[in-house]
Formats: sequence, structure tokens, C-alpha cells
Amino acid sequence: MTTNKFYNAIFAAGITFILACLMIGVKLDTEGTTLAVKGATTEQWMWIFGGIGVVFLSQLFSSQIDSLFGKMPKPKLGALLPEEKKMATLKPWLLAALITVMLIWPFMVSRGSVDLATLTLIYIMLGLGLNIVVGLAGLLDLGFVAFYAVGAYTYALLSEYFGMSFWACLPISAGLAALFGFLLGFPVLRLRGDYLAIVTLGFGEIIRILLNNWTAVTGGPNGISGIAKPTLFGLEFTRRAKEEGAETFHQYFDLSYSSSYKVIFLYLIAVLLVIFVVYLINRLMRMPIGRAWEALREDEIACRSLGLNRTAIKLSAFTIGASTAGFAGAFFAARQGFISPESFIFIESAIILAIVVLGGMGSQVGVILAAIVMTILPELAREFSEYRMLLFGLLMVLMMRWRPEGLVPMKRPHLELKQQ
Amino acid sequence: MSEFSLYLLQQLINGLTIGSTYALIAIGYTMVYGIIGMINFAHGEIYMIGSYVTFIVIAGLVSMGVVSLPIILVIALIVAMFIASTYGWTVERVAYRPLRGSNRLIPLISAIGMSIFLQNYVVLSQGSRDVALPPQITGGWAFGDPSSFEVTLSYMQLMIFAMTFITMTVLTLFISRSRMGRACRACAEDLGMTNLLGINTNKIIALTFVIGAALAAIAGLLLGLYYGVVNPFVGFIAGLKAFTAAVLGGIGSIPGAVLGGLVLGVTEAMTAAFFPSEYKDVVAFSLLVTILLFRPSGLLGKPEIEKV
Repeated sequence: MTTNKFYNAIFAAGITFILACLMIGVKLDTEGTTLAVKGATTEQWMWIFGGIGVVFLSQLFSSQIDSLFGKMPKPKLGALLPEEKKMATLKPWLLAALITVMLIWPFMVSRGSVDLATLTLIYIMLGLGLNIVVGLAGLLDLGFVAFYAVGAYTYALLSEYFGMSFWACLPISAGLAALFGFLLGFPVLRLRGDYLAIVTLGFGEIIRILLNNWTAVTGGPNGISGIAKPTLFGLEFTRRAKEEGAETFHQYFDLSYSSSYKVIFLYLIAVLLVIFVVYLINRLMRMPIGRAWEALREDEIACRSLGLNRTAIKLSAFTIGASTAGFAGAFFAARQGFISPESFIFIESAIILAIVVLGGMGSQVGVILAAIVMTILPELAREFSEYRMLLFGLLMVLMMRWRPEGLVPMKRPHLELKQQ
Repeated sequence: MSEFSLYLLQQLINGLTIGSTYALIAIGYTMVYGIIGMINFAHGEIYMIGSYVTFIVIAGLVSMGVVSLPIILVIALIVAMFIASTYGWTVERVAYRPLRGSNRLIPLISAIGMSIFLQNYVVLSQGSRDVALPPQITGGWAFGDPSSFEVTLSYMQLMIFAMTFITMTVLTLFISRSRMGRACRACAEDLGMTNLLGINTNKIIALTFVIGAALAAIAGLLLGLYYGVVNPFVGFIAGLKAFTAAVLGGIGSIPGAVLGGLVLGVTEAMTAAFFPSEYKDVVAFSLLVTILLFRPSGLLGKPEIEKV
């Protein structure tokens, strides 16, 4: 057994050596017109051999490492919370406290962190939207960013060509994204899971290519700039009002001008939108339609034999998910003031999917936590920014291997009968 | 022949060239899908790695003073196939084998992670810019009227056809005649039963990943030489196209993958003849959606029955 293990470890180390040599060990370099190869530096070789050593040891002691992982107590978040009955009375207070903190917090900290928080809230919205499709209904959508793009471009175009306000465009963006979801979903949702994944991936690419090439309307790769910011009942957040005679926010309230009002205002809108989305999805999950999504994910054949209309159920999940992305997209366009097809590439879809998977498919709290982790971590680890996507891919593989249920596994709303 | 039909003939040749490389990549998807019923999402990246290895070997041999082109190409082919197979094997071992038997979405997500990892691994080790190789195989035949329109069939294109044809023949013989090929077919038929009959199915699954990766490396070599440039992002779109080809022909069927690849290549070339070339990707995906709508099992595939 031990010798067997030893050979395994040697084999794994050998494979690692081959893999490392041919990509890290030699580098292609253009010298004038000819192509040359350069060997790696000594430091890189040190890294390669270090990596090989790690692989060798981890293979040699794989059973010990596995048992160590087994012994490690799984973090039980449930135990930290008070028991069910107390929780029921505490919950409204906790929620109220959380919302208050979220509303007061931006006035205390710097502009940069409020801006980052707004970005996080956008990803929370996107994560919650995709969570309906992937987590609840079990449909793998790899082109979610397409609906995000539809929402963003809807607002940008309506505001540019018709001068419509953010608040009027918000429902239109969501509606149009939902319509796209419906149009795509109607034919495709009859397909099996993996086909659906590829078709949605293709759809995401089509939307991006169209945005890139339909220069007359979308501005092509240059995108659309100067998108109007949201207003508070018609009060702008600029230094001077765009129209003669109109008042801006700071004039109306007799404050001195500060650009951070705008940032905080955007943050507050995002908080409002997220609360709205969370509430909506929470309600939906308890409705028959939400139960049907989950039932369909668990066993499609059983669902059909019970008389559930599978196309209608999948379509509703797809459409509602898409409309959430439309919301997020319109807000994104308003926040950035500039959008281009560059913001809607496949990797964006992958990040949103990673948020859902990392958080625990179907779990709302998990998705929110994961969105926070995924946006804050890259900011903290700026020095490693070039390794960011590499680690991100690795994390996805490792998560699936050791904790496929995510950070906070989904808990169905349920009541327990106490035994007398 | 008129100028227009000559132009179409040229597009047909170009389409078949690209189509045959799509077919080579598509076989990797189709074989893996046929046996474990999953999409190998990292397959496109294996193709990209194959291209890079080819470039490295050619540049290395040229700088060492090897001048004979056939020798360079043969060595590049062997090394590219070997390295790509190792990557393919590792992908299976890391991203698929530990997750066998779990929910279908889980291996797919881990494969997406693997694909992102490999892409960025190459970005970090080789840089994200285009790497260009001067044309190795030049010249070709031209026919038609030189004053109006000349149809050219370059030696490079000829080599792509020949290589694809040889590879397909060898693969068909391997699958239909050899002992391991028979085991592959048995696994595609019924994995559990094959296991019961004493065949090491883990080995066979690993073998399909390895064969798929080797074919992707051949495609990587051919397309790398044909276009003359490679960057770490070529794998994504090529993988998507090849998957489209596999579905088009009927996923799980090897002749289907070849047919699908050729049909897709020709369709793209014909689209590029009449529309701006950016729209050829749109047409490819629209073709995929249409096929899935009207013939979900593909051109040559068998309809799948859902089992409880």
C-alpha cells in the first residue's frame, strides 16, 4: 500500500513537472520578426520545484490530509444563532438594525468605500437574479450577462435618444430584459441542462457582438457616455442645474456643494433596489411557483407526472431572473455614466455564477455573503491582481470538490412540530 | 466559370479548411459526452495549449538550427499531442473524477473553473499578447482566370485536409478494431454494465479525455500554422464553435462531429462572403439554436430517451 502510494506520488510529481515545464519553463518571445524561446528565470524554476514538492507530498500523505479535513469541525453557523422560537421574535429587530446600519453607514466613511459598497450591491442584485435561475430552478445559465447588458443599454439609449429619466427607465429596463429572457427561454428551455448552458453562453456572445457592431445605435466599441444620473424628485446632484431656473439638490436644501452626495444617493438607491429584490424573491420562494421551481430542480419527471407545466415554470424562473439583471443593468449604467460592450463579457457571467455557487445554490444569505466576498477580496488583494482570475478559477474547482453546497447551504423555510 | 461561382468555390475551400479543424476539436467533446454525458468545458483551452506548444517547439528547433521542415513539424506534432494529452488527463483527474456521481451541474462548474484557470495560467506564463509565427508552409495552387478571380488552394490547406483525413481514419480504425476501442464503445453503451464485466472504466474515461486532447492538439497545430498567430483567448471561441459542431452533428456520434464541423465551417465561410465577418459568430450560434429546436438530437444523433 505504502509503495503504491509512493509510486502514485512520484507519478503525480512527474506529471506536474511536464505541465509546468512546457508553459512556465519556456516563454515565447518575439525578437524583431523571428520568434524565440527563453528559459525561465531561476526564481521561476524555484517556484516550479516548490510546486512539484507540494504535489508530491500531498499525494504521498493524501489519506492523512483527507482525514484531517474530515476531523476539522465544520463551521456550524446554525449553532451560533438563538433557537427557532427566539429567532422568530428577534428577526424583525435584527433586520431593522441591519437596514438602519446600512442607511447610516455611508455618512461616516470615505467616498471610495461607499462607491465600492454600491458595486457590491450591484453584484448582490445580479447574484440574487441568477440564484433564481441556477439555484432554485436548476437551469445553468452561462449568458446571464446578456440580460444585464440589455438592462444597461435600455436605460442608456432611452436616456440618450429620448431624454427619459432613470426612474421611468428602471421598470422599462427590467421589462425589456424579462422580454429577452422570455424570447430566449421559450425555444431553449425544452433542452436538457448542458445544452441550455451552451445556448445561453452563445446568446451572451451574440448580444455582445451585436452591441459591438451595431455602431449606428449603440456606438459600437466606443460605447455610450454621458448617461444621465438619477435625480431625487427632479433634483439633480450636479453643481449647476442643466436647465435654466431648475434647482439642484444642494441649492434646494441650502447645503454647500459636495460630490459625495451623489455617491451616497446612488448607494441609497442600490440599497433600496436590493431590499426590494430580496423581499420579492423571498415572497416568491414561499409561493407555489417557488416551490415548483425547486421541485423541478429535484426531479423533473416526477414533476411532470404530477401535472406541473414544466415550460411555464422554467420560463417564469428565467424571466424573473432576467428582469433582476435588467434592474441591475439600468442601475449600473446610471452609476457609471458610461457603458461599452467591454463590461459585458463572458467572465462577468462566470463571476456571477461563482457568486451563486460560492454562496450555496439557492441560499439568499449565502449569495449576499459571497457577493460581498467576491467584490471586497480583489480590492484588498491589489498586489495579487494579476493572479486574481487564476485563483478564481482554482477556487471554483476546489469549492466543487470540498464544499459543493456552498458557504451557507440553503435552508428551506419550514416549521418543526415539537414532540410533547 | 463566372467570377461569382469562383468566389463561392474559394469560400467553400476556406470553409472546409476551418470546418475540418472544428471537426477535430468537436470529436473531443463528442467522445467525452458519449461516455460520461458531460461537456468537457476546458477542451477549448487544451486546443489553445496545443497551439502554444507547437509554437514553442518550432521556435526552439529553429533556434537550435534544425532546418528540415518535415522534421520540425513531426516533432512539433508529437510534442504538442503529448503535452496536450497530459493536460487533458490532468483535467479529468482534477475536475471530473473526484466529482463523479454528484449532481450534473457540479462537474460542469468545476470544469468552467478549470477553463478559467488554464486560460489565466497561460496568460501569466506566456503573456496575453498575440504571438506570431512566420509562415512555415507557403505556396499553393491557383486556378481560374488570373485577370478576374483566381481560386487558390494553398499547401497549408491541403495539409489540413490530409491531416484531418488521416486522423479520422486512424481514429475510426482504433474505435472499431482495437480492444480498447471496443471498451470505449461498451462504456458509451452502458457504463455500469461495462464496469461489472471487468473493464476498468476509470481508465477508459481517462483515455477518452486523452484522445480528445490529442486531437485538439492536432487542430491547435494546424490552425496555429494556418493563422500564424495565437493568444491565450483563442480557446474559448474555438471551443464554443466546436461544441456547436458536435451538437449540430448529434452529440455522442463521431461521424456526426465531423459532419457538423464541416457544415459549420462552410456556413461560416458563406456568411462571411455576404455579410461583415463579425456576424459569422452570430450565424454559428443561430444555427445551433435552430438545430436544437427542430432536431434536438442533431443531424446524425439518436434521439435520447429520458430515464427515471
